Amino acid sequence: MIRLDRVTVTYPEADRPALDDVTLQVDEGELCLVVGPTGAGKSTLLRAVNGLVPHFTGGTLAGTVSVAGRDTRTHRPRDLADVVGLVMQDPSAGFVADVVEDELAFGMEWLGVPPAVMRRRVEETLDLLGLADLRSRPLGTLSGGQRQRVAIGAALTAHPRVLVLDEPTSALDPQGAEDVLAALQRLVHDLGLTVVIAEHRLERVVQYADQVVELTGQGRLRSGSPAQVMATCAIAPPVVELARLAGWQPPPLSVRDARRRADELRLRLPTPPAAGTGAADPQALPGDGPSELLAEVRELRLRYGPVPALHEVDLRLRAGEVLALMGRNGAGKSSLLGALVGLVRPQTGQVSVGGLDPRRTEPQTLVRAVGLVPQQPGDLLYATSVAAECAQADSDAGVPTGSTTRLLSKLAPEVPAEAHPRDLSEGQRLLLALAVVLTARPRLVLLDEPTRGLDYEAKRRLVGVLRDLAGAGHGVVLATHDVELVAEVATRVAVLAEGEVVADGPAADVLAASPAFAPQVAKILAPDPWLSVPQVAAALEMVG
Amino acid sequence: MTPTQRLHRLLEPRLLHPGAWWLWALALAAAATRTTNPVVLLAVVAAAGTVVAARRSTAPWSRSFVAFVVAGGVLLVVRMAFAALVMDTAPGGTVLVRLPEVALPGWLAGVRLGGAVTAEGLLFALYQGLQLLAVLACVGAANALADPRRLLRSVPGAFYEVGVSLVVALTYAPRLVEDAVRVRAAQRLRGRPQPGLRGLARTAVPVLEGGLASSLDLAAAMDSRGFARAGDVPVRFRRATGLLVLAGLVGVAVGLFGLLGGNTLPASGAPVVALGVALALVGALLAGRRSRRTRYRPDPWTLPEWATVVCGLAAATVVLLAAARWPAAMDPVGRVPLVVPAAPWPVLAGLLVAAAPAVLTPAPPLPAAALRRPVGAVPAGAGA
Repeated sequence: MIRLDRVTVTYPEADRPALDDVTLQVDEGELCLVVGPTGAGKSTLLRAVNGLVPHFTGGTLAGTVSVAGRDTRTHRPRDLADVVGLVMQDPSAGFVADVVEDELAFGMEWLGVPPAVMRRRVEETLDLLGLADLRSRPLGTLSGGQRQRVAIGAALTAHPRVLVLDEPTSALDPQGAEDVLAALQRLVHDLGLTVVIAEHRLERVVQYADQVVELTGQGRLRSGSPAQVMATCAIAPPVVELARLAGWQPPPLSVRDARRRADELRLRLPTPPAAGTGAADPQALPGDGPSELLAEVRELRLRYGPVPALHEVDLRLRAGEVLALMGRNGAGKSSLLGALVGLVRPQTGQVSVGGLDPRRTEPQTLVRAVGLVPQQPGDLLYATSVAAECAQADSDAGVPTGSTTRLLSKLAPEVPAEAHPRDLSEGQRLLLALAVVLTARPRLVLLDEPTRGLDYEAKRRLVGVLRDLAGAGHGVVLATHDVELVAEVATRVAVLAEGEVVADGPAADVLAASPAFAPQVAKILAPDPWLSVPQVAAALEMVG
Repeated sequence: MTPTQRLHRLLEPRLLHPGAWWLWALALAAAATRTTNPVVLLAVVAAAGTVVAARRSTAPWSRSFVAFVVAGGVLLVVRMAFAALVMDTAPGGTVLVRLPEVALPGWLAGVRLGGAVTAEGLLFALYQGLQLLAVLACVGAANALADPRRLLRSVPGAFYEVGVSLVVALTYAPRLVEDAVRVRAAQRLRGRPQPGLRGLARTAVPVLEGGLASSLDLAAAMDSRGFARAGDVPVRFRRATGLLVLAGLVGVAVGLFGLLGGNTLPASGAPVVALGVALALVGALLAGRRSRRTRYRPDPWTLPEWATVVCGLAAATVVLLAAARWPAAMDPVGRVPLVVPAAPWPVLAGLLVAAAPAVLTPAPPLPAAALRRPVGAVPAGAGA
């Protein structure tokens, strides 16, 4: 279906090709997963499939790419629109119409599909993706998961034979991601659609894949069956890492396969830490403790127009804690973070951060108490080079010149000082924004969705940074959907639903208690409360 | 099908074609530009308001009528204040109050500051302000009844590309505002003081950069979805039809300017508009015949649409004829001595016709209708 024959892609002003002499074949009805660190050429590979590379992006393409027998050299993306559907990373960036129904029909109108057929396909697609109730909703009012499904639907109505998706679940909560992946699987099984999907969170997709393509950097590529590639792949989901640790060959790809072999590992492991060891006093409320109180939220209510966002939220945070805020899209996580830094005005209730009211404090003073890395870290950056950004951060925070640069070199030593922040990878940009925020030495550090678009390597580094911060007496709050990150780094988890805190307690207790939030390791080794691979590795080492 | 059934089908709740509303509103606005009689103008506003109250949908833009009327009211007050304080005294001179006058140099003839405030000056300013208010109310009514973006959706095939570009631009503006709010919040997070020109520059750079990046994304997305996939239309044919349409549109614009602007361009007017419309239609039809693009659920144009347009045109015609027949009554500005304004009855009857679409058109669908679905119709994909 898709055939890449000795393809080399070179962008203008690049010193090395983004894809170097790559050959790949994806057969009809296959689900092909593309993995690799950021910047290894995943997006280039995906966009080469429908001809956006090089027709739209510029650069040169040597070799041939053909889809359903059509050569992308002679067919522009619009001429391939009837065979390839592309869903981009940020679905709302591609929306053209006002309401869901019109958006679904847009592509078909240009393909000249007869009106009666269009009407039927729109109805089918609405049902297939569970969008029927949203048909006349304006696109701007949809949640992240709904937008993603609309974007997939809009690509599907043209009845393409290939669907290409760039990180379709990165912005979604676990349930939303499941919905999207379930819909994709249906398409592969029922309609014989060929799907090419790039994804960082392998734990969500790898068990569904027929073929895995690993981009190993330097424009090189390795492909094979999932088990084959995963056995040696540089990036792997927790289940595979656990398998490597336990020496299972070939590695299981799903929790179900791993559980069948887990008995042996469970016996080798020492008695697990009892759940809830953190709290010596079982009566103690979360947020009580001997260390310094960094932030307190009392009976916080917040609404946007008629829409309630937070309802009677109480929360206390102490130094040394890493609190993960979880909950589905729109549950109020970002609103709570916004209230802590004074970006949104609470309706009633009190917020105090380091003894200050964030709404009434000058920004210059507030940055020493609390810092937030927003969902799009790029918002914080506006200088034209990393060095200029660092210098600006120094003068903003009133610290000696070079402080931010030193911080950055600890967080991300490879970031070139002369690069434009826009040209950095998602992970590098996040670490730069974090360095900028940390320059003012805030006691409380807040991160909104920090792992969006991060590969495993960048995530590992972030985990280290957050641990160090907590160790140095900072408080950290993460709003995230990434259960694996939470399992590794959080000491405490609070789950929000409909603007209320529905669970708050030590990470091990809260995570293990909920099937939606349980990390893979917990699912595999249940009922023993292990959470992450490093934890298991440390325990095995202790036993010897 | 019995006549009653047919009537029921015609009046089944749906949104009227946006083009019908805009034509109706523009006709009404044209009528308003031809009179300064306050009674007639208030009747125009009342007619527009009646129809809006009866037929607007629940969408966010349907509140724009009130906003337009309020804007007109503000302009009216400003205009009267100016007439009282700055503008030269009108002839007739029934002095109401005498304010202290500021002596101005001789070359500022015709302008004064303070001095006598006359009843004539105030009233004429009121009439002219009312005229502006009436025109604004008509535009507001069109906005409230039909989303301008829906209007763009139903443009003929020949300028569909232009239509899409406009829609995208219209979406882009609010997105820029959202981005600006987000970036300003982020600046606060960096501990920067907000105000000042430098603060603005700091907001502008990331916002514009982000806007550019998202435009590129949008262009890539539209390209991969087949936007502007040319059929097998020869380039020269496409250019010719495009030129025809463009010439027609220019004609329409010039003609409308003549019609609405009163006597400024006496040669133009109705014939030029007609010619322009004809040219544009020919071009659009030619281009549309060759285009392979199809339309998803196009808004139908049936009897209620015709009725709406005819009502608007009827009112405009009546006012136009009345302006010629009773110039003193229809245009009281500048006429002394003052008389109590009264409107000729045919004009009021005509404006009653203009309000008729409030009952002649189908009601807009209730928003709940979209949510009220049979219980069994649970989407299949949701549970999978």
